[in-house]
Amino acid sequence: MGGVGAPAETARRWQTVIGLEVHVELATRSKMFCRCSTAFGAPPNTQVCPVCLALPGSLPVPNRRAIELALRAALALRCEIDPDCRWDRKNYHYPDLPKGYQITQYARPLGRGGELTFAGAGGASRTVRIRRLHMEEDTGKSTHEGMPGGATGVDLNRAGVPLIEIVSEPDLRGPEDARLYLQALRLLLLYAGVSDVRMEEGSLRCDANVSLRPAGSSELGALVEIKNMNSFRSVQRALEYEEGRQAAALDAGERIARETRHWDERRGITFPSRSKEEAHDYRYFPEPDLGAVGLAPAFIEDTRRSLPELPADRQARYEALGLPGYDAGVLVADPALAAYFDRMLRAGAAAREGAALLSVELLGRLNAAGIGVDSPECRVHPEQLAALQGLIASGSISGKIAKDVLDEMLATGSDPSVVVQRKGLQQISDQGAIGEAARAAIAANPQSVADYRAGKKQAADFLVGQVMKATRGKANPGLVREAIARELG
Amino acid sequence: MDVAPYEWPAHQVRRALAAGQVSARKVAESALRRIDEVEPAVGAFLHLRAREDVLADADAVDAAIARGATLPPLAGVPAAIKANMCMRGVPASCASRVLEGFVPPYDATAVGRLRAAGAVILGATNMDEFAMGSSTEHSADHVTRNPWDLGRVPGGSSGGAAAAVAAGEATIALGSDTGGSIRQPAAFCGTVGLKPTYGRVSRYGLVAFASSLDQIGPLTRDVRDGALVLAAIAGADPADATCAAEPSPDYEAALRRDCRGLRAGLPVELLGGGTAPEVRSSVMAAADLLAELGAEVDECSLPTVPYALDAYYVIAPAEASSNLARYDGVRYGRRAAGAADYVEMFGRTRGEGFGPEVRRRIMLGTYALSAGYYDQYYGRALQVRTRICQDFEAALARFDVLVGPTTPSPAFAFGEKTADPLQMYASDVCTVAVNLAGLPALSLPCGFHNGLPLGLQVIGRAWDEETVLRVAFAFEQAADLTRRRPPLLGAGRMGG
Repeated sequence: MGGVGAPAETARRWQTVIGLEVHVELATRSKMFCRCSTAFGAPPNTQVCPVCLALPGSLPVPNRRAIELALRAALALRCEIDPDCRWDRKNYHYPDLPKGYQITQYARPLGRGGELTFAGAGGASRTVRIRRLHMEEDTGKSTHEGMPGGATGVDLNRAGVPLIEIVSEPDLRGPEDARLYLQALRLLLLYAGVSDVRMEEGSLRCDANVSLRPAGSSELGALVEIKNMNSFRSVQRALEYEEGRQAAALDAGERIARETRHWDERRGITFPSRSKEEAHDYRYFPEPDLGAVGLAPAFIEDTRRSLPELPADRQARYEALGLPGYDAGVLVADPALAAYFDRMLRAGAAAREGAALLSVELLGRLNAAGIGVDSPECRVHPEQLAALQGLIASGSISGKIAKDVLDEMLATGSDPSVVVQRKGLQQISDQGAIGEAARAAIAANPQSVADYRAGKKQAADFLVGQVMKATRGKANPGLVREAIARELG
Repeated sequence: MDVAPYEWPAHQVRRALAAGQVSARKVAESALRRIDEVEPAVGAFLHLRAREDVLADADAVDAAIARGATLPPLAGVPAAIKANMCMRGVPASCASRVLEGFVPPYDATAVGRLRAAGAVILGATNMDEFAMGSSTEHSADHVTRNPWDLGRVPGGSSGGAAAAVAAGEATIALGSDTGGSIRQPAAFCGTVGLKPTYGRVSRYGLVAFASSLDQIGPLTRDVRDGALVLAAIAGADPADATCAAEPSPDYEAALRRDCRGLRAGLPVELLGGGTAPEVRSSVMAAADLLAELGAEVDECSLPTVPYALDAYYVIAPAEASSNLARYDGVRYGRRAAGAADYVEMFGRTRGEGFGPEVRRRIMLGTYALSAGYYDQYYGRALQVRTRICQDFEAALARFDVLVGPTTPSPAFAFGEKTADPLQMYASDVCTVAVNLAGLPALSLPCGFHNGLPLGLQVIGRAWDEETVLRVAFAFEQAADLTRRRPPLLGAGRMGG
């Protein structure tokens, strides 16, 4: 991890307190206050208009879809909704902030007092309170790449993209919990259809407030804000580094400065950013270009009802079906996979066996081929996989043969019953045929029979194997075992 | 016809065009000749469109008439636009150096609607920089002279628009009113000026000064033209979230020659100690005339209105400090040359680009919003604003309109108030409260003193411009003052 460790003794002396501020780009086609596209990766300044360029005289008009998505997020996080929430201006100067202020929500955010429950470090259930959730617009980006003579370029394609900011209470107690919270939050928002939450594309961004306090104390220590953490892993790494740095300083009797620090991914350290940047007085005041957001109670209720099953509920449902928590978690963590599994269940698959077939057999093959379960290249439909599980359950094919059937299904897109028929893979359960094969194996292996009679019971296994080999694996192994035992008397 | 088309009000242009007595080209040529004649003395415009472009627009109107198309309400009417409204292809400098070279790529909604109504746009008129001022002396470009007395200011901030209409250069004009910027220059220049209810006219394309107060409105020769122009520009706009969905009635149909059954209140606070005696006597005479026309006139009180100026000069600069933050030299307008980095470029661009009055208000507003002072200044000003709204609501429950002076004095001389900003601010004393309350108000001539026009202000209930227009029209018809023209060079003569 980082350059500074946190020895166990120190860890006992200090308690780490973490709160996260998470920015999420909403999955709208157009921007928060104009109709420009939000598509990622377009050439600079091609997705702009008078409004997001802040041309003189232009005015913002709120995007109803963005408000609806923000509301979905607030409801998914069990926030209390302020139907009369307002817009405010946050004033500061920066080249990539075209209006010289950001339209945000300050005094009256959309949501307050929510919570998120997730599996924390070691699998223990943790609940983090959500202090507030508010809507705002994104800034543009400053760039030096490809600019002549050290000039700074400004790309305003991102300016005005709708965001929500989700501020947690300082309820997290360690770097791993912080990462797990962030991943749970990501999954929740993905389920709620609020955002594509791609950290690498910046549609999910996270800043952290970290402080240490003497174990047992209830007061907060000096707050350090950490910025520039660009992956889930770097969130945990940065916080581990920072935890160690602060503990070492406190152990040495130093005071922790209240400051903003940047995470340097390459060097694995945090370093203080220039304190001048922090001397901001944002001069918040009500945005005079916009009225109250005005959420009708019926709209709030309709939105609440339209929320799909959320991760925690799905996890509980799978566990109730008999899936072990870990297995259920694997499915829940990938909405496409869980949706696939739900279709299998609807087609009649047994939960536990179906889940194993999906997450071990099918997923193993797809991952090796680099294919997603929801990709058209995945030629095995959930109903077909459910049917395959049914063939195993009914004893029509063995689990071993099922693997070959699955390979064929992936290659051809055929139904499992068709594959079994075509390839003659139907399990042999005919007593007569199996008895005959057993007698043939006994006749061909007198030494094994002698060994068996001499008390080496394992010799029977060899004979069973011979029968399976002779039937190219199709014989029902249980029946074969019975037949051998019977014939050997 | 005994007067040239440039002197006609818009409704007369429409009538003459419909009757085939004149062409839109003749009307435009008349206005352009008048501009050639008097503009060097008046200086109403910051930017005139190319003559051939203006005439091409007029020709398009004539072609439509020849095709037998229905005449739009302002067909062929020469119009001037205050330089803080965006017009595609016409510089919108707001009379500021910071917007040097900025040519909008889009039309303000009100401008687009004026064009759609057939108006022929002449150009952009002078103003106080970013509409901050009451005399047009704060233009970074040049001063505009009052057509009634070239030694006096035309008022402001829509001084160029009012002077252009008064001098016969434009038949109608669009101004903007944040604290009186349409009504006060209308009073000083002897024209009609109407500030509509906040939210009646879209602000899209109006360069913002104070967003919660700004409103576009007409400056015209008479009240009927005011009704016509308002009808053309009013109404919901999906591009402005503060523009209301209220339906726009037929304002012209509201004009009647009497005030029977109407109650008019005379707020004593608008005739306070600072009011010039000639203004007071003129307003009292106007009240008498309204009574003769059938109105019940009575005194009333707006007790918190004396605090309006203080509240206004906190709220308006606070919003302005934020609205003007975008002029940073990054995307358009002026950029200071040779700066080493962004911070230096930004500081120098704004230092060079903004005039002293704009800088003063940005600093005032920044201070009023800053941490630790917000509650004391901005928060308190909002409380005063609420009280003022309540005062007006109570008074307008008793009265259909309130009448009073538009300004405490007639037009003042150049330089008279520039040395003392507070004196300049005090000239807005009769108008700012109306903006804080978001109400409609109109100024029209109610008398003359030493050859200078005086303005009567008629204030109405929110969304009730009809009653305001009705009272103003009845008064105008009885007082017969709006036909007086300034004694300017060439006035009243046939345009060649």
